[in-house]
Amino acid sequence: MEGTSLILVELGAVFLGLGLLGRMAAKFGMSPVPLYLIGGLLFGNGGLINLGGISEFGEIASEIGVILLLLMLGLEYTAKELVTGLKSSWLAGVVDFLLNFTPGAGLALLMGWGFTGALVMGGVTYVSSSGIIAKVLSDLGRLGNRETPVVLSILVLEDLAMAVYLPALTATLAGLSFLGGLRTVGIALGTITLVLLAALRFGPQISRLIHSADQENFLLKLIGAALLVAGLASALQVSAAVGAFLLGIAISGSTANSAAKVLEPLRDLFAAMFFVVFGLNTDPTSIPAVLPMAIGLAVFTSFTKVLTGAWAAKRAGIGVPGRLRAGVALIARGEFSIVIAGLAVASGAVTGELAALATAYVLLLAVLGPVAARFVEPLSKPFMRQRTPAVPNTP
Amino acid sequence: MNFEDTSLPGLGVRREITLASGRRVGVVILRDGTMQLIISQREDPDACAASIPLSIDEAGAIGAMLGAPQLVTQLTDQHRDLPGVNTQQFVLSHESPYVNQTLGDTHLRTRTGASVVAISRSGRVFPSPVPGFELNAGDVLVIVGTSAGLDHAARLINDG
Repeated sequence: MEGTSLILVELGAVFLGLGLLGRMAAKFGMSPVPLYLIGGLLFGNGGLINLGGISEFGEIASEIGVILLLLMLGLEYTAKELVTGLKSSWLAGVVDFLLNFTPGAGLALLMGWGFTGALVMGGVTYVSSSGIIAKVLSDLGRLGNRETPVVLSILVLEDLAMAVYLPALTATLAGLSFLGGLRTVGIALGTITLVLLAALRFGPQISRLIHSADQENFLLKLIGAALLVAGLASALQVSAAVGAFLLGIAISGSTANSAAKVLEPLRDLFAAMFFVVFGLNTDPTSIPAVLPMAIGLAVFTSFTKVLTGAWAAKRAGIGVPGRLRAGVALIARGEFSIVIAGLAVASGAVTGELAALATAYVLLLAVLGPVAARFVEPLSKPFMRQRTPAVPNTP
Repeated sequence: MNFEDTSLPGLGVRREITLASGRRVGVVILRDGTMQLIISQREDPDACAASIPLSIDEAGAIGAMLGAPQLVTQLTDQHRDLPGVNTQQFVLSHESPYVNQTLGDTHLRTRTGASVVAISRSGRVFPSPVPGFELNAGDVLVIVGTSAGLDHAARLINDG
């Protein structure tokens, strides 16, 4: 078999395999992301079976996957929520950034991966997975809890920070000079402000422009607009994904709801492809060597996330068990850590060791984060009776 | 009583009231329109003892259940001066022969002397329903009449 038939068979096998893995994940109430990564590792360079035929399709599909991931993320938020979040919890956002960016960046510097490596690893350890966390909170019936808005607003700020971080990362990876990088970040900041203002002012008009009662029509307009904006953003060195994110923010109200519904299956398909391709490009034999480091980093950054969440929850006047729940909920890392590592790997500006570390790290925390969130509840039981100052405030 | 709304960015909104006992009771309204009934824990007021997903119909039925007694109290207060007149509420069960029929089809006033003064459905109150009003299962009928008339009305609504 060769040519098209080989590609079709390989793609079919990959998607079928992912479907089966996803079903297993759903059974255990787990995020499918780690399983997709494992799937990619098994079939990639140095894996069990080498799937060479799909690399060309995989590359463009995973690019679209990232764009759709960010577009859907933007659709989830309204401009008003972002602005309110920024106003009310910017301090928690700063604490979150300082506590969780530093460990990854520090480790990269220690390993001698340079400024670029530090920027990448800092991002990987900084961003919690809003997808995994939202699902865990809803599965555990914690949406009505008082600490939940605290957790969610930290996630909002992280996602908003991505809109500045990703352009800075793209510029650095492209080897732009400091001034060039500053220019890109400036463009990104300017565009974000403009988009937020435009979305607050003209949200309904923008939504009406995109909206269509006919599903087919609507889907084409959405995808078209997303790719166009992403492409233009990429040409300006502002990162394609950020363009899509901003478009998502600009679309609001019921249009955003129906857009999310229409796009969801496509996002699932292309995002799965993105995770697999990332796994494909990582050599599984390089993982054991970095595993101890990944475990150490995972333990340390779990602790820093718990501190972040607990501190923010304490400020919101929440009791000790709630602070613990908020902190532990934030541990999970996932899709965005991989998006960041994926951008770095694609640019060829970082070592394979970094990719392996990021993979192992996300595999650990995407699985353990939700588990920890589940088990913190029985563990915090002893704190319930005596909510007196005798109980230490820090977890 | 004031609702307290808290935004859940990316998910929806939490709307609740704090009871005299200090417990929070409310709903989480998600973006897709689905709802969860939430009740806070006694030991840990930040957490929820229950968060129960409700369909729109179920939420409406709970609203009607909670709202109707208040309506009855109000009406009873209003005709306290008229001895012998009572107000009572009846839920139209799924088994009732009058589901999906009009109020006029029951011939309630002709047969029992009692009359339907309001119908509460999905948390909304329809005062003085006309004979053409179509009845749904789960509607709460608020009926005014004599004790005998009300007993008769209850049988009629259930068994036809």
